[in-house]
Amino acid sequence: MDASLIIFFLLGFLTIGGAVFMISFTKVAHMVISIGVTFISIAGLFVLLEAEFVAVSQILVYSGAISILMLFGIMLTKHDASEDEPSKAQPFWLTWIFVAGLFLIVAYGIYSTNWNVLPPRQLDPNVSNVKEIGVEVFTNFVVPFELVSVLLLVALVGAIIMAKKEDKD
Amino acid sequence: MTVTLSSYLLVALILFCVGLYGALRKRNAIIVLLSIELMLNAVNINLVAFSKFGLNAAVTGQIFTLFTMTVAAAEVAVGIAILLAMFRNRDSIHVDEMDSMKR
Repeated sequence: MDASLIIFFLLGFLTIGGAVFMISFTKVAHMVISIGVTFISIAGLFVLLEAEFVAVSQILVYSGAISILMLFGIMLTKHDASEDEPSKAQPFWLTWIFVAGLFLIVAYGIYSTNWNVLPPRQLDPNVSNVKEIGVEVFTNFVVPFELVSVLLLVALVGAIIMAKKEDKD
Repeated sequence: MTVTLSSYLLVALILFCVGLYGALRKRNAIIVLLSIELMLNAVNINLVAFSKFGLNAAVTGQIFTLFTMTVAAAEVAVGIAILLAMFRNRDSIHVDEMDSMKR
Protein backbone atom coordinates (compact mmCIF):
# COMPACT_ATOMS: atom_id res chain seq x y z
CA MET A 1 0.00 0.00 0.00
CA ASP A 2 1.83 3.08 -1.18
CA ALA A 3 1.20 6.79 -0.91
CA SER A 4 -0.54 7.15 -4.27
CA LEU A 5 -3.35 4.85 -3.09
CA ILE A 6 -3.98 7.00 0.00
CA ILE A 7 -3.92 10.18 -2.10
CA PHE A 8 -6.27 8.59 -4.62
CA PHE A 9 -8.79 7.64 -1.93
CA LEU A 10 -8.62 11.13 -0.42
CA LEU A 11 -9.11 12.85 -3.80
CA GLY A 12 -11.85 10.46 -4.90
CA PHE A 13 -13.66 10.98 -1.60
CA LEU A 14 -13.44 14.76 -1.98
CA THR A 15 -14.57 14.57 -5.62
CA ILE A 16 -17.65 12.47 -4.93
CA GLY A 17 -18.37 14.25 -1.65
CA GLY A 18 -18.40 17.65 -3.32
CA ALA A 19 -20.73 16.39 -6.02
CA VAL A 20 -23.13 14.78 -3.54
CA PHE A 21 -23.17 17.92 -1.40
CA MET A 22 -23.85 19.93 -4.56
CA ILE A 23 -26.96 17.83 -5.12
CA SER A 24 -28.14 17.92 -1.50
CA PHE A 25 -27.56 21.58 -0.54
CA THR A 26 -30.55 23.87 -0.74
CA LYS A 27 -28.91 27.27 -1.25
CA VAL A 28 -27.61 27.80 -4.77
CA ALA A 29 -24.49 29.73 -3.69
CA HIS A 30 -23.44 26.84 -1.41
CA MET A 31 -23.85 24.46 -4.35
CA VAL A 32 -21.34 26.42 -6.44
CA ILE A 33 -18.80 26.43 -3.58
CA SER A 34 -19.07 22.68 -3.07
CA ILE A 35 -18.67 21.99 -6.78
CA GLY A 36 -15.47 24.06 -6.65
CA VAL A 37 -14.10 21.43 -4.23
CA THR A 38 -15.01 18.76 -6.80
CA PHE A 39 -13.23 20.60 -9.62
CA ILE A 40 -10.01 21.07 -7.60
CA SER A 41 -10.02 17.41 -6.52
CA ILE A 42 -10.39 16.33 -10.15
CA ALA A 43 -7.29 18.41 -10.92
CA GLY A 44 -5.54 16.41 -8.19
CA LEU A 45 -6.63 13.18 -9.87
CA PHE A 46 -5.14 14.46 -13.14
CA VAL A 47 -1.81 15.10 -11.38
CA LEU A 48 -1.97 11.55 -10.04
CA LEU A 49 -2.46 10.36 -13.64
CA GLU A 50 0.68 12.27 -14.72
CA ALA A 51 -1.25 14.84 -16.77
CA GLU A 52 0.06 18.05 -15.24
CA PHE A 53 -0.90 20.40 -18.05
CA VAL A 54 -4.49 19.16 -18.04
CA ALA A 55 -4.57 19.58 -14.25
CA VAL A 56 -3.47 23.21 -14.46
CA SER A 57 -6.01 23.88 -17.22
CA GLN A 58 -8.68 22.24 -15.08
CA ILE A 59 -7.95 24.62 -12.19
CA LEU A 60 -7.80 27.64 -14.51
CA VAL A 61 -10.90 26.87 -16.57
CA TYR A 62 -13.21 25.08 -14.17
CA SER A 63 -12.52 26.25 -10.63
CA GLY A 64 -11.43 29.65 -11.91
CA ALA A 65 -13.60 30.69 -14.81
CA ILE A 66 -16.68 28.46 -14.76
CA SER A 67 -17.36 28.70 -11.00
CA ILE A 68 -17.06 32.49 -11.12
CA LEU A 69 -19.30 32.61 -14.19
CA MET A 70 -21.90 30.53 -12.37
CA LEU A 71 -21.66 32.84 -9.33
CA PHE A 72 -22.22 35.81 -11.65
CA GLY A 73 -25.22 34.03 -13.12
CA ILE A 74 -26.65 33.53 -9.63
CA MET A 75 -25.97 37.13 -8.61
CA LEU A 76 -27.59 38.49 -11.77
CA THR A 77 -30.73 36.39 -11.44
CA LYS A 78 -32.01 35.55 -7.96
CA HIS A 79 -29.07 35.85 -5.60
CA ASP A 80 -30.93 34.39 -2.61
CA ALA A 81 -32.35 31.55 -4.68
CA SER A 82 -32.89 28.22 -3.00
CA GLU A 83 -33.92 24.89 -4.36
CA ASP A 84 -37.07 24.43 -2.31
CA GLU A 85 -39.04 21.71 -4.09
CA PRO A 86 -37.78 19.54 -6.94
CA SER A 87 -39.40 19.54 -10.35
CA LYS A 88 -42.63 17.67 -10.80
CA ALA A 89 -42.10 16.84 -14.46
CA GLN A 90 -41.45 13.18 -13.67
CA PRO A 91 -41.89 11.20 -10.46
CA PHE A 92 -38.99 10.82 -8.04
CA TRP A 93 -38.63 7.04 -8.35
CA LEU A 94 -38.44 7.12 -12.16
CA THR A 95 -35.30 9.29 -12.15
CA TRP A 96 -33.83 7.20 -9.36
CA ILE A 97 -34.41 3.89 -11.17
CA PHE A 98 -32.98 5.31 -14.41
CA VAL A 99 -29.77 6.57 -12.75
CA ALA A 100 -29.34 3.44 -10.59
CA GLY A 101 -29.86 1.21 -13.61
CA LEU A 102 -27.23 3.08 -15.60
CA PHE A 103 -24.83 2.85 -12.65
CA LEU A 104 -25.32 -0.90 -12.21
CA ILE A 105 -24.94 -1.69 -15.92
CA VAL A 106 -21.75 0.36 -16.37
CA ALA A 107 -20.25 -0.84 -13.06
CA TYR A 108 -20.86 -4.44 -14.16
CA GLY A 109 -19.12 -3.62 -17.44
CA ILE A 110 -16.13 -2.09 -15.63
CA TYR A 111 -15.67 -4.99 -13.24
CA SER A 112 -16.23 -7.81 -15.72
CA THR A 113 -13.55 -6.51 -18.09
CA ASN A 114 -9.91 -7.46 -17.69
CA TRP A 115 -8.11 -4.10 -17.88
CA ASN A 116 -4.65 -5.29 -16.87
CA VAL A 117 -3.56 -6.38 -20.32
CA LEU A 118 -0.70 -3.96 -20.64
CA PRO A 119 1.42 -2.10 -18.09
CA PRO A 120 0.77 1.63 -17.75
CA ARG A 121 2.49 4.04 -20.08
CA GLN A 122 6.11 4.67 -19.17
CA LEU A 123 7.03 8.33 -19.29
CA ASP A 124 10.25 9.59 -20.80
CA PRO A 125 11.84 11.60 -17.96
CA ASN A 126 13.56 13.94 -20.43
CA VAL A 127 10.35 15.15 -22.12
CA SER A 128 7.95 17.26 -20.09
CA ASN A 129 4.20 16.79 -20.32
CA VAL A 130 3.69 20.29 -21.73
CA LYS A 131 6.25 19.75 -24.49
CA GLU A 132 4.71 16.40 -25.38
CA ILE A 133 1.24 17.95 -25.68
CA GLY A 134 2.56 20.91 -27.65
CA VAL A 135 4.40 18.75 -30.19
CA GLU A 136 1.37 16.52 -30.64
CA VAL A 137 -1.10 19.44 -31.01
CA PHE A 138 1.00 21.21 -33.63
CA THR A 139 1.74 18.10 -35.67
CA ASN A 140 -1.41 15.97 -35.68
CA PHE A 141 -4.15 18.25 -34.32
CA VAL A 142 -3.57 21.57 -36.09
CA VAL A 143 -6.97 21.73 -37.79
CA PRO A 144 -9.02 20.95 -34.63
CA PHE A 145 -6.91 23.46 -32.71
CA GLU A 146 -7.72 26.24 -35.18
CA LEU A 147 -11.39 25.21 -35.35
CA VAL A 148 -11.64 25.43 -31.56
CA SER A 149 -10.42 29.02 -31.69
CA VAL A 150 -13.21 29.82 -34.18
CA LEU A 151 -15.70 28.10 -31.85
CA LEU A 152 -14.55 30.21 -28.90
CA LEU A 153 -14.90 33.39 -30.96
CA VAL A 154 -18.41 32.44 -32.09
CA ALA A 155 -19.42 31.58 -28.50
CA LEU A 156 -18.05 34.91 -27.24
CA VAL A 157 -19.94 36.97 -29.83
CA GLY A 158 -23.07 34.87 -29.35
CA ALA A 159 -23.00 35.26 -25.57
CA ILE A 160 -22.63 39.04 -25.82
CA ILE A 161 -25.47 39.35 -28.32
CA MET A 162 -27.71 37.04 -26.29
CA ALA A 163 -27.08 38.78 -22.96
CA LYS A 164 -27.29 42.42 -24.05
CA LYS A 165 -30.49 44.35 -23.63
CA GLU A 166 -32.80 44.25 -26.60
CA ASP A 167 -33.57 47.54 -28.31
CA LYS A 168 -37.13 48.67 -28.63
CA ASP A 169 -36.98 49.48 -32.38
CA MET B 1 -0.61 -2.35 -4.61
CA THR B 2 -1.15 0.69 -6.77
CA VAL B 3 -4.23 2.43 -8.10
CA THR B 4 -5.80 0.48 -10.95
CA LEU B 5 -7.68 1.71 -13.99
CA SER B 6 -11.03 0.42 -12.72
CA SER B 7 -10.85 2.64 -9.61
CA TYR B 8 -10.56 5.74 -11.80
CA LEU B 9 -13.40 4.46 -13.98
CA LEU B 10 -15.57 3.89 -10.90
CA VAL B 11 -14.96 7.42 -9.55
CA ALA B 12 -15.85 8.82 -12.97
CA LEU B 13 -18.98 6.66 -13.13
CA ILE B 14 -20.22 7.84 -9.71
CA LEU B 15 -19.54 11.44 -10.72
CA PHE B 16 -21.44 10.95 -13.98
CA CYS B 17 -24.44 9.41 -12.20
CA VAL B 18 -24.59 12.24 -9.64
CA GLY B 19 -24.45 14.76 -12.48
CA LEU B 20 -27.16 12.94 -14.42
CA TYR B 21 -29.41 12.88 -11.36
CA GLY B 22 -28.91 16.61 -10.85
CA ALA B 23 -29.54 17.41 -14.50
CA LEU B 24 -32.80 15.45 -14.48
CA ARG B 25 -34.09 16.50 -11.07
CA LYS B 26 -33.18 20.11 -10.34
CA ARG B 27 -35.42 23.06 -11.17
CA ASN B 28 -32.85 25.85 -11.14
CA ALA B 29 -31.32 26.10 -14.61
CA ILE B 30 -27.92 27.20 -13.24
CA ILE B 31 -27.72 23.99 -11.23
CA VAL B 32 -28.67 21.99 -14.32
CA LEU B 33 -25.75 23.63 -16.18
CA LEU B 34 -23.43 22.77 -13.27
CA SER B 35 -24.60 19.15 -13.37
CA ILE B 36 -23.80 19.00 -17.09
CA GLU B 37 -20.31 20.30 -16.27
CA LEU B 38 -20.03 17.49 -13.70
CA MET B 39 -20.83 14.89 -16.37
CA LEU B 40 -18.27 16.40 -18.77
CA ASN B 41 -15.67 16.27 -15.99
CA ALA B 42 -16.39 12.58 -15.42
CA VAL B 43 -15.70 11.96 -19.10
CA ASN B 44 -12.45 13.94 -18.79
CA ILE B 45 -11.30 11.67 -15.96
CA ASN B 46 -11.96 8.65 -18.17
CA LEU B 47 -10.02 10.14 -21.09
CA VAL B 48 -6.98 10.99 -18.97
CA ALA B 49 -7.07 7.59 -17.24
CA PHE B 50 -7.10 5.81 -20.59
CA SER B 51 -4.27 8.03 -21.81
CA LYS B 52 -2.15 6.43 -19.09
CA PHE B 53 -3.52 2.87 -18.83
CA GLY B 54 -5.15 2.26 -22.20
CA LEU B 55 -4.29 -0.22 -24.91
CA ASN B 56 -2.73 2.46 -27.12
CA ALA B 57 -1.66 4.70 -24.27
CA ALA B 58 -0.63 8.04 -25.72
CA VAL B 59 -0.94 11.73 -24.97
CA THR B 60 -3.93 11.98 -27.36
CA GLY B 61 -6.40 11.48 -24.51
CA GLN B 62 -5.08 14.54 -22.70
CA ILE B 63 -5.37 16.62 -25.89
CA PHE B 64 -8.98 15.52 -26.32
CA THR B 65 -9.59 16.53 -22.69
CA LEU B 66 -8.31 20.03 -23.50
CA PHE B 67 -10.73 20.25 -26.45
CA THR B 68 -13.59 19.08 -24.21
CA MET B 69 -12.76 21.80 -21.69
CA THR B 70 -12.86 24.43 -24.44
CA VAL B 71 -16.26 23.28 -25.65
CA ALA B 72 -17.56 23.16 -22.06
CA ALA B 73 -16.41 26.73 -21.43
CA ALA B 74 -18.13 27.93 -24.60
CA GLU B 75 -21.28 26.04 -23.63
CA VAL B 76 -21.39 27.61 -20.17
CA ALA B 77 -20.89 31.13 -21.56
CA VAL B 78 -23.74 30.76 -24.04
CA GLY B 79 -25.91 28.99 -21.45
CA ILE B 80 -25.53 31.75 -18.86
CA ALA B 81 -26.29 34.36 -21.55
CA ILE B 82 -29.49 32.53 -22.51
CA LEU B 83 -30.47 32.28 -18.83
CA LEU B 84 -29.93 36.02 -18.32
CA ALA B 85 -32.07 36.82 -21.37
CA MET B 86 -34.77 34.49 -20.11
CA PHE B 87 -34.65 35.95 -16.60
CA ARG B 88 -35.17 39.44 -18.08
CA ASN B 89 -38.17 38.33 -20.11
CA ARG B 90 -39.88 35.80 -17.84
CA ASP B 91 -38.54 36.67 -14.34
CA SER B 92 -37.76 33.02 -13.64
CA ILE B 93 -34.94 30.54 -14.31
CA HIS B 94 -36.84 27.39 -13.41
CA VAL B 95 -36.58 24.76 -16.12
CA ASP B 96 -40.19 23.61 -15.77
CA GLU B 97 -41.39 27.10 -16.67
CA MET B 98 -39.42 27.15 -19.94
CA ASP B 99 -42.38 25.98 -22.00
CA SER B 100 -43.07 28.85 -24.41
CA MET B 101 -42.23 26.63 -27.41
CA LYS B 102 -44.66 23.95 -26.22
CA ARG B 103 -47.81 26.11 -26.11
